[in-house]
Amino acid sequence: MTNPSIGRSIPRKEGREKVTGRARYVDDMTLPGMLFGATVRSPIARGRLRGIRFGEGLPWNELTTVTAKDIPGKNSIVLLEDDQPCLAAELVNHAEEAVVLLAHRDKYLIEEARRAVQLEIERLPAIFSIDDSLACKEIIWRADNVFKSLRVDKGDVDAALAEAEFVVEGEYETGAQEQLYIEPQGMIAEANGRDGVTVWGSLQCPYYVHKALAALFALPAEKIRVVQMETGGGFGGKEEYPSMIAAHAALLAWKSGRPVKMIYDRAEDMAATTKRHPSRTRHRTGVTRDGKIVAMDIDFTLDGGAYMTLSPVVLSRGTIHAAGPYDCANVRIRSRAVATNFPPHGAFRGFGAPQSVFALERHLDQVAKVVGLAPDELRRRNFVREGQTLAVGQVVHEKIDMNELMERAFELSGYRAKRERLARENPGSTIKRGIGFASFLHGAGFTGSGEDYLASVAEVEATSEGKIRVCAASTEMGQGTNTIFSQIAADALGLECSSVEVVQPDTAHVPNSGPTVASRTCMIVGKLVESAALGVKQSLLQNGFLREEDGHDAFAGACRLYIEKFGPLRASSRYSPSPEIHWDDAHYRGDAYGAYGWGVYVAEVSVDTLTGETRVEDFVAAQEVGRVINPVLAAGQIEGGVAQGVGFALYENVVWRDGRMINNQMTNYIMPTSMDVPPIRVYFEELPYARGPAGAKGIGELPLDGTAPAIINAVENATGIVVRRVPLTPEILLDALDAAREKVHA
Amino acid sequence: MPRAKRSMPEKVSVQCRVNGHDATLLDFPMARLLDALREQLSLTGIKEGCGEGECGACSIEMDGRLVNSCLVPVAQAEGATIRTIEGVADGEQLHEVQQAIITHGGAQCGICTPGMILAAVNLLEHNGRPTEAEVRVALAGNLCRCTGYTKIFESVLAAVTVAEARD
Amino acid sequence: MRSSVASFDLRTPHDLPSVLELLAREPGEWRPFAGGTDLMVLLEAGKLAHRRYLNIWNCRELRNISASDSEMKIGALATYTDVKGHAILQREFELLCRAAEETGGIATQNRGTLGGNIANASPAADSPPALLVYDAELELISAGGTRRVLYADFHTGYKKMNLRPDELIARIILPRGRGGWKTYYRKVGTRRAQAISKVCLAAAAKTENGAIADIRIALGSVAPCVMRATKTENSLRGKRLDAAAIDDARATLAAEITPIDDMRSTARYRSRIAQNLLQEFLQSCATT
Repeated sequence: MTNPSIGRSIPRKEGREKVTGRARYVDDMTLPGMLFGATVRSPIARGRLRGIRFGEGLPWNELTTVTAKDIPGKNSIVLLEDDQPCLAAELVNHAEEAVVLLAHRDKYLIEEARRAVQLEIERLPAIFSIDDSLACKEIIWRADNVFKSLRVDKGDVDAALAEAEFVVEGEYETGAQEQLYIEPQGMIAEANGRDGVTVWGSLQCPYYVHKALAALFALPAEKIRVVQMETGGGFGGKEEYPSMIAAHAALLAWKSGRPVKMIYDRAEDMAATTKRHPSRTRHRTGVTRDGKIVAMDIDFTLDGGAYMTLSPVVLSRGTIHAAGPYDCANVRIRSRAVATNFPPHGAFRGFGAPQSVFALERHLDQVAKVVGLAPDELRRRNFVREGQTLAVGQVVHEKIDMNELMERAFELSGYRAKRERLARENPGSTIKRGIGFASFLHGAGFTGSGEDYLASVAEVEATSEGKIRVCAASTEMGQGTNTIFSQIAADALGLECSSVEVVQPDTAHVPNSGPTVASRTCMIVGKLVESAALGVKQSLLQNGFLREEDGHDAFAGACRLYIEKFGPLRASSRYSPSPEIHWDDAHYRGDAYGAYGWGVYVAEVSVDTLTGETRVEDFVAAQEVGRVINPVLAAGQIEGGVAQGVGFALYENVVWRDGRMINNQMTNYIMPTSMDVPPIRVYFEELPYARGPAGAKGIGELPLDGTAPAIINAVENATGIVVRRVPLTPEILLDALDAAREKVHA
Repeated sequence: MPRAKRSMPEKVSVQCRVNGHDATLLDFPMARLLDALREQLSLTGIKEGCGEGECGACSIEMDGRLVNSCLVPVAQAEGATIRTIEGVADGEQLHEVQQAIITHGGAQCGICTPGMILAAVNLLEHNGRPTEAEVRVALAGNLCRCTGYTKIFESVLAAVTVAEARD
Repeated sequence: MRSSVASFDLRTPHDLPSVLELLAREPGEWRPFAGGTDLMVLLEAGKLAHRRYLNIWNCRELRNISASDSEMKIGALATYTDVKGHAILQREFELLCRAAEETGGIATQNRGTLGGNIANASPAADSPPALLVYDAELELISAGGTRRVLYADFHTGYKKMNLRPDELIARIILPRGRGGWKTYYRKVGTRRAQAISKVCLAAAAKTENGAIADIRIALGSVAPCVMRATKTENSLRGKRLDAAAIDDARATLAAEITPIDDMRSTARYRSRIAQNLLQEFLQSCATT
């Protein structure tokens, strides 16, 4: 046997290409005769399109122009629904909505042409707040502006609230957040009636793009091909929007008969593409005198922007996570995603959970104060344990002990000693330090029966040299898909990791293993890769080319013999519903996720009371994620997620004016630099999960959930200020500090 | 502004030395060096992240100094000695920083990686034994959205150790 | 939205006299282009209005930093890297070095120039507050000769300067010999690196017998241009720094600055911070 690779920090498969600059991203690709495409967008948030004028002085006959009437099929970007047009035809529903497309071989000319197109739009009243949308101040989406609403009911909340000794209320908000992958979005397309449509691009979900293009061009599936290039970060931002860019590039290619490259510059990317849904959460919590939570009444609303995109699914995850890892007999959650005239909000790492988890974990610190318990003691008395049920009625079968995980996080961070010492040292200093934490869970994979519907497939092929090729639509975008799939396949077959190649996702060559989202790649698709690899082995065993007792050196010979006799040696594996997982979508009850990751994060902060600036000084991230396939890659996921969480909590403020993002440059939308990220210590508790590959669960989204509330809880510990909204800008905190000082003086 | 109405600048021919070879770039004088190097010399390891000198993905060395190639007009490259990510390894022999980034998980999506490596290599050429604090300062102009920087610091410090052991 | 680079000209005259000659021959037609760290950003954003530039990056005589007994002369093309690494500047003009260190990342510091920072005339520029504190003068050159102006008189309004179209900023002159002053520089920009300031305050004071003998206070991002807070300075001269004096100084400063709301911050925050930083500085003077 070879040394198993799972559990070892196998270096990133494509690492050498990435450190030498040889890795090929979409903008690095050129096709002969290629044109450059550009998009003309609405400058206003809502209106009626009255006309399009092409200004003087440009050679319009040399330019390819596309408007809605040039679309061969259906004018929509088909995802959950078909409400979002590919190009606005009559109504404009958000600023930056695409109206006209242009292409030319001269990329400088195209910028001048883009400026020369005048859109005549009759302005209509627009709405930019959850309240205005709920009040139907304007009806902008179907009958009532509501994309989706959900209800979770467990026990009798009203009765429990009536009896509770304390009822604690609170309202919490989170702002929009830009994914800010460092590689802007882009696509190259070739399209014609004979060969169909091919796109190469920066994307997370090849088959989402595939589906959208088939409907747009009214072409059969086999006439559409989507190829993922090396992708410079996604974080959800390249989940749904790439379908739009692919559609635009392909329409220009279709009309011009030439390949078209469309790469967004940063300003366009930030203004036009999706962001994290802003949210508002209201909590009403009933607690007994000894700190047992007996009722959770939660109202959760997401601002979905102008079109549905993935809002119902984001809402679903946010809703299910809203009650956290706590045992409570009576839970009511009412939630909805509503329409506004902002550009559509969309997928972003955590997918609704960071919003509702922020609210809950801030709120529980308030509950603890009211009851008179330390924040950790309140959690300790309410953590869910094996055999108890979550809000949706899911019985926890995992052997998680959240108290133990919390103690581990406290030990690593010196939480108790610091809490005591900082309280002693703060008076008299203009710099106030504090320490706080958040405890949370995050479901891995699609919600409820989502994985059943997806029915994902992965395929493994062996070559006559005994090399393994893994074929899946799961994309590498930095998170380590290539490497962990290699490790999983290698161990299943007893081979070295270097014997495995993960094929570039290309819908012409890889099966639909579903989108690369929802912390599902390792746990769900990884398991399919493992099964398919075992299928290959099984074929060799059954046909007598290989014996169980053979070493890995016999593998190549067995493959050669098999292929000589039978032809290609392949096995595929399709996701099969687990008999133990039951989900009732109508009542939102049951096993919401096959497995959860569990976390306790501790943040130490310093607040400069002169400037209102908060710095994260130290951070401990303790989590249970099942078996860790690759410790370095896994820790990298956590550290990166924590850094994004620092931005979400303190820095990243989307400034809107009339529905447009006005700070759409990296200079003015500020993400953490190397100077802003604290030392991050990552600890993994590993409880193998039976249905995950080698016991692994999902990991990618988890760190976004706990980081912001841990930081803001620490800010309250430092200053006594109750913060209910992120991002917590220095402007807001200084106002609060001033108000608190005035109160003391008065 | 329609192009016909204004007297247009001519493209200029710029001689420079890139990764040890003489090169000629022909472009509008205000064209970005980033584009000229990528398009005319196929040095596509140089990445564009923001176009405004904020993210550092397009970092290159020009006359030994780290610069953002998106903010350098091609006319200013006349006579310059330039090193890009393609010129960091010695043939197939990776630089210590490149190797350490692979070993220690300093690259994830890889788009900031070439610029980050140039910034780190440039630091080590000025300061052979940086502290972590100095590494943080030196890399502050190179934004990374994937790693949280932690493994990049580890990589750079590990590269120092390897280089010292070798010397 | 990007600009088309094809519609911008950038010529490289072979020496400084040729630059000056072109500027004189076609006044206003040409503008100087140094390290590009501001102009190229505007170009990318489609906001670079002027179209024709003269490349002065290679005018080496404008890059030198030299010292005499009475003054430092910093060539306008000295980069932030040149400034922050200069031994005398580090010793005697720490605020300027701090400003240079806190401007952008290393790559920006390698290309951004002190003269460019002045000529770009951003109210949020990092080094001008330090220059004001040091009573800097500017040497302006043209084909017709040179003249010196007080830097405090140079910026006359938002993006307006006491600079003719045929002139270049050649040197920044800092008088030496101000030992023993207490100094202060703080830029508030939310994150620790690469920030554009929301408020920047540079100050220096000489105390005698517990009272302020002389003082300089300069701020960025609180007015249409970087400013000296002369009223606040005057109100403090001769004062002992007790709580009442500090409160008075805060009030005077609040009345003297005119911050605005923009996408980066609010007028209210800027005003509070400016006062708080002033207080921090004055308290540090009082305790030593």
